[in-house]
Amino acid sequence: MNYPIVVDVTLRAGIADPEGATIERALPALGFDGVAHVRTGKTFRFDVEALDEASAIEVAHALAERLLSNPVIERAVARLEG
Amino acid sequence: MRVGVVIFPGSNCEYDAASAMTDLGATSEFVWHTATDLSHLDGVILPGGFAHGDYLRPGALARFSPVMGALADFAQAGGAVLGICNGFQVLTEAGLLPGALVKNSGLTFLSMPVTVVVSSTRSVLTRAAQVGQELVIPINHFSGSYTCDDATYDALVANDQIVLRYRDNPNGSRDDIAAISNVAGNVVGLMPHPERAMSTLLGSADGRVLLEGFVAALAAAH
Repeated sequence: MNYPIVVDVTLRAGIADPEGATIERALPALGFDGVAHVRTGKTFRFDVEALDEASAIEVAHALAERLLSNPVIERAVARLEG
Repeated sequence: MRVGVVIFPGSNCEYDAASAMTDLGATSEFVWHTATDLSHLDGVILPGGFAHGDYLRPGALARFSPVMGALADFAQAGGAVLGICNGFQVLTEAGLLPGALVKNSGLTFLSMPVTVVVSSTRSVLTRAAQVGQELVIPINHFSGSYTCDDATYDALVANDQIVLRYRDNPNGSRDDIAAISNVAGNVVGLMPHPERAMSTLLGSADGRVLLEGFVAALAAAH
């Protein structure tokens, strides 16, 4: 069966995120006050063929750790879409 | 001395690197990224560019090129490996050097000469230089900000693995780091381009002392 997967890759705490900081600085000028701690990241969507949901997540997590993210600076979380 | 210059799809500094080696009396040969044996070489350079388009992250796909397995064996056996700019990014992604290179703090692509200061002469790149020596060498990168966790940083300092530092940090690198080596000193990654600083006619010849040391290290190991 095919399981639709979402992987979120975000920078680890403590890793500078100049894009997030720039977005945060721009928000007050657009009238969005009170927004803090903006962090950017990437989202990947794909289908995994597996016997059950748990093994699909396991495969997704493994490939996210190996390829989609650099564990030195990023954290990857795999979940079922929806 | 035979130096292999690895070409990934998207490398673009391979001719400069090869020319610098020839200029210094070494012979250079191009090595396609699908090569699986580097044992006939005395040294290997991963040149600058955009290996595999830098898709995903700089170096993220290049680390899975077949040549990287051979490169790990070559480095493990003590062979001299130099990663310049994108080559440095590839070495960190492959785990041959610690830490990572992230986007410049100013979010701009930087292309300009910078002054770097030699921090260690233990590496194959700096053995002919002096600690404290200032060199003007161009940088040309978007993701050159060196980052690592505290434990890795402490190990870099304790093992004398910080090779070059920027005098005026252009990109937000931790502790002004421009180049690091592995613990043994035979694998070095640097963001500046010494192969583009080979002649005063083209702005600077300060890269020569680094690459001369690299070639001399190959001769010493031969």
